[in-house]
Amino acid sequence: MKVTVTVNGTEVGAEVEDRMLLVHFLRDAAGLTATNVGCDTTSCGACTVLLDGESVKSCTVLAAQADGSEVTTVEGLSDANGEMHPVQRAFRQEHGLQCGFCTPGMVMAIVSLLRENPQPTEEQVRAGLEGNLCRCTGYHNIVKAALAAAGTDAG
Amino acid sequence: MIPASFTYTRAGSVKDALDLAAKHGEDAKFLAGGHSLLPLMKLRLAMPEILIDIGRIPALSYIEDRADHVAIGAMTRHHDLETSGLLARELPLLAHAAGQVGDPQVRHRGTIGGAIAHGDPASDLPAVIVALDATLVARGPAGERAIAAGEFFRSLFETALAPDELLTEIRVPKPASPGWSFQKFTKRAIDWAIVGVAVQGSSIALVNMGPAPLRAGATERALAGGASPREAAALAAEGTSPPADNNATAAYREHLARVLVRRALEEAGSRG
Repeated sequence: MKVTVTVNGTEVGAEVEDRMLLVHFLRDAAGLTATNVGCDTTSCGACTVLLDGESVKSCTVLAAQADGSEVTTVEGLSDANGEMHPVQRAFRQEHGLQCGFCTPGMVMAIVSLLRENPQPTEEQVRAGLEGNLCRCTGYHNIVKAALAAAGTDAG
Repeated sequence: MIPASFTYTRAGSVKDALDLAAKHGEDAKFLAGGHSLLPLMKLRLAMPEILIDIGRIPALSYIEDRADHVAIGAMTRHHDLETSGLLARELPLLAHAAGQVGDPQVRHRGTIGGAIAHGDPASDLPAVIVALDATLVARGPAGERAIAAGEFFRSLFETALAPDELLTEIRVPKPASPGWSFQKFTKRAIDWAIVGVAVQGSSIALVNMGPAPLRAGATERALAGGASPREAAALAAEGTSPPADNNATAAYREHLARVLVRRALEEAGSRG
């Protein structure tokens, strides 16, 4: 079937199998490989992207379900001048990553969290990241990065 | 992991969905948010030939105050339930429990109707709507019918819905008694409940203590007879048939049910 998704502001259309997952559409059809496939079972959150502005796990959404929608991946966060998004800057500043595999999903989950709750408490950040696993167990600095980004123009 | 091949169709309306279901019969399944069905399809535990996507039918997504009850469209997402001011005011048990389903990403996609129609006894919201004595509205070729939540869940993944029927609305009566509690015991925040308990007033329903959500009848009767919450909670596992799996033995689940029902009754009492 023909699926068209606006990815990071650019329309991407492709003829795909009905069963194609959104994460594969992003990686293979749109050629954007920052979004990782981690557990592939809706657990780890490495594949988190924004679908119409809200965080979703793209391994558990069909490309067909996203037809006609807008998707933002971590590649789409920086501004027109290539300046990193406040959440990305906060990850660098707070050393919010170790191996980096979970990072794109973590960043997107936090962008979504801060849109819904621009001034979260530490507890709310931790609850808001329930759907994202870091196998390096680097959670502490990830939470610090989220709190550092809160209150900036992170949304 | 990739699901087995299927044909995707999208329904634009309830009528459209019912027509597609009638046309394709048992080969088809409705796709709501997909957060129960797609994982099963990826594991090839479900292999429908046709998916009828009902996730974009706007007329099925609403939360409405209707005097003595709140009506919720079946495609209302968990996220919309947990952030609804109306639910926070009238049905805090449902708003809170919806916020405990999965994780934020899951709640952005998963729907109340999908969770109910899927009929998983480890799922949170089925037990919650049983405790709340909700009525489920289904539409099929013969028209609309109402089913009491207590009679809806038949067994593991088995409900009162016929294959050509679509769950369209959940009607939840405004509780007569304000005390409520939702207790969910998991190893990790995102896991299914090993055991869960939903309490509204004197009504108690259990998650994952049998092949379908069930009432803690012995505890309810003991409370009605004047027993203390502690005494009544000791009876919480009576009449249950909990599963044994790699998370817990049946005996451990029975223990959890007694402990969680006591906590739930105490918390509900403090809110009453």
